[in-house]
Amino acid sequence: MIPPIARILARHLLRGPHTMKDAPPPDPDGVAELAEALGRRARGRLGRSLSIREVDAGSCNGCELEIHAVNHPIYDLERFGIRFVASPRHADVLLVTGPVTRNMEEALRRTVEATPEPRWIVAMGDCGKDGGCFAGSYAVVGGVSDVVPVDLHIPGCPPSPRQILAGLLALLDTVDRG
Amino acid sequence: MMGDVTLLEFLSLGRPVEGHRPWPRFLLDLKGWRQLIDRLRVAEWSVMAEWAEREHIHVALRDETAGDIAVASHHCADRRFLALGNVRPGVIRIERAIHDVWGLTPVGLEDRRHWLDHGRWPSRMPLAAQPMGPSAEPDSYPFLKAEGEGLHQIPVGPVHAGVIEPGHFRFHCQGEAVVRLEQRLGYQHKGIEGLLSGAPLDKAARIAGRVSGDATVAYSLAFARAVEAATGCELPQRAHWLRGVMAEMERVANHVFDIGAVCNDAAFAVMLSHMGVLREKILRANDALFGHRLNMDRVVPGGVARDLSDEGAEALKHLLHGFVRLFDQAYQLYENTPSLSDRTVSTGIVQTSLIHRFGAGGFVGRASGRGHDARQAPGYPPYDKLDMTVPVLTEGDVNARVLVRFAEAKESLHLINRMLHEMPDGAFRVPVPEVAGEGLGLAESFRGEVVVWLRMGADHVVERCHTHDPSWFQWPLLEAAIEGNIVADFPLCNKSFNCSYSGHDL
Repeated sequence: MIPPIARILARHLLRGPHTMKDAPPPDPDGVAELAEALGRRARGRLGRSLSIREVDAGSCNGCELEIHAVNHPIYDLERFGIRFVASPRHADVLLVTGPVTRNMEEALRRTVEATPEPRWIVAMGDCGKDGGCFAGSYAVVGGVSDVVPVDLHIPGCPPSPRQILAGLLALLDTVDRG
Repeated sequence: MMGDVTLLEFLSLGRPVEGHRPWPRFLLDLKGWRQLIDRLRVAEWSVMAEWAEREHIHVALRDETAGDIAVASHHCADRRFLALGNVRPGVIRIERAIHDVWGLTPVGLEDRRHWLDHGRWPSRMPLAAQPMGPSAEPDSYPFLKAEGEGLHQIPVGPVHAGVIEPGHFRFHCQGEAVVRLEQRLGYQHKGIEGLLSGAPLDKAARIAGRVSGDATVAYSLAFARAVEAATGCELPQRAHWLRGVMAEMERVANHVFDIGAVCNDAAFAVMLSHMGVLREKILRANDALFGHRLNMDRVVPGGVARDLSDEGAEALKHLLHGFVRLFDQAYQLYENTPSLSDRTVSTGIVQTSLIHRFGAGGFVGRASGRGHDARQAPGYPPYDKLDMTVPVLTEGDVNARVLVRFAEAKESLHLINRMLHEMPDGAFRVPVPEVAGEGLGLAESFRGEVVVWLRMGADHVVERCHTHDPSWFQWPLLEAAIEGNIVADFPLCNKSFNCSYSGHDL
């Protein structure tokens, strides 16, 4: 019997990976162009590497699902040298989701303190902007910028993978100017 | 014999509450509540959810023999109630949370530590009639002790490895083996019950769809069903079927990706990549057909937000055809990779007896012999018109949970296909009547049974609403599953449960 993994590997060898090509994509998504621009800038500023630590400060976990999506083979963020890391001590960027709950406020501050300078903080999702539909609750402080300084906000509920890529591109623009 | 009395027979000693649909609600006095606890010791009645109001405690119960569902309520004027936690350990954390948020004291409960309240809110017991002042400084949580020679602690979280929600895990270990794991949750607490009280219907629906984002369709569905029950809103058949398609799409998307993630935690990354591609196919189809990748806010009280065109249905059928083939490849890959089985088989076992004691549902329950599925019992449209099988295994290990999810996803793909072929014509949305009432809504999320109870005012205002996540009855079992396993297998066990932090913390 042919091992099942051989079929999958053979498929990729013969037909190439699922990852979107750098040629203009057939769908109007525009992911590939965006991804290419992102890669150029990331290399220019950070020498091929940008490390992101995700911090969930109280999200509904919808944003996390889309962050997983940019990491899988179709969007494949890592091919541009941008990758998610396990510790804030290894990170250049903190990607913060959710309204900040009171129970996570201190943990968020301490995570920011644990991230070495220079660092950038990106607030993700409509909740990250101002608390979204959870604003006004006794248990919610508000948006991310109510707790720590924010360099960029990626809108959406949750932001699509395309919006996340576009957001990181905007961040690199900011970094270039700064 | 005590056991011969059915739930409804027993509850009829209480006072029925008018306007509670579709299942009855009974008000029990102190004696009745005490008798209920005595009955629970022997009867096969499972607790579906427990929640509070300022002066009331409510519990939704299911008679597993007769199949009846009912809500029992008790007026606790002195803000104390006899705890159910001693006879149903699954609700211990719920009752601790009720004390934290609503200020009702569970009498007789041994574990009185705060659960959702970390001492960081502007007031203690924020939803009680008279909230208490804030804590002077944040609480330090007294973890249970484990003592012995060579034992050491590993504290993890709330910000822990990976793209994941916050929670704290305290391991006591002997070398590599975990002697005890204790969870501390509540970091995600957003005060959802407070936000829902007095919210206009559309705002409440939006919040209900964001209690746990990965199960947004199931939450919106349970919420909508509760609203429709409370207001006596009759739905056109097509709306039920469209909801069914969305719910099964959500189940497939979550199952395939989590299977990949479990394998990734066993250092088998190929599966995660393969499943990530499959998941993206579903999300893009959602976006194209219904206008949102996760179908957030697409199930609304009164129906669905958008109809499915004939071309859309054809495109989805075509997509599913190719999807099933790739999905079967993944299954073959899983079953024929010994190095992967080596990690998943006999890891993180949950005993069937524990599953029943905690009333755990979803794939966690079904992998350990408890086959409950809300789509079958009590059942709701469109599943009452469709034959479906619910896979049940008894091994209770990581492997069994993965295999149950493979089987469920396969069944869901089959169901979507049938729904597309047999979809009735007609309207997809009707207006919700502006009448007052109380309703209980159920929906089977990919994780298990989501329960929503609410009381509607006459003017489309939600007076009080409670949402119950299946994770409440699953989280404690993760502590049992990891015992005696090695620390390195914790991510594997945790992912094989994939409990919701946000849905639990509310």
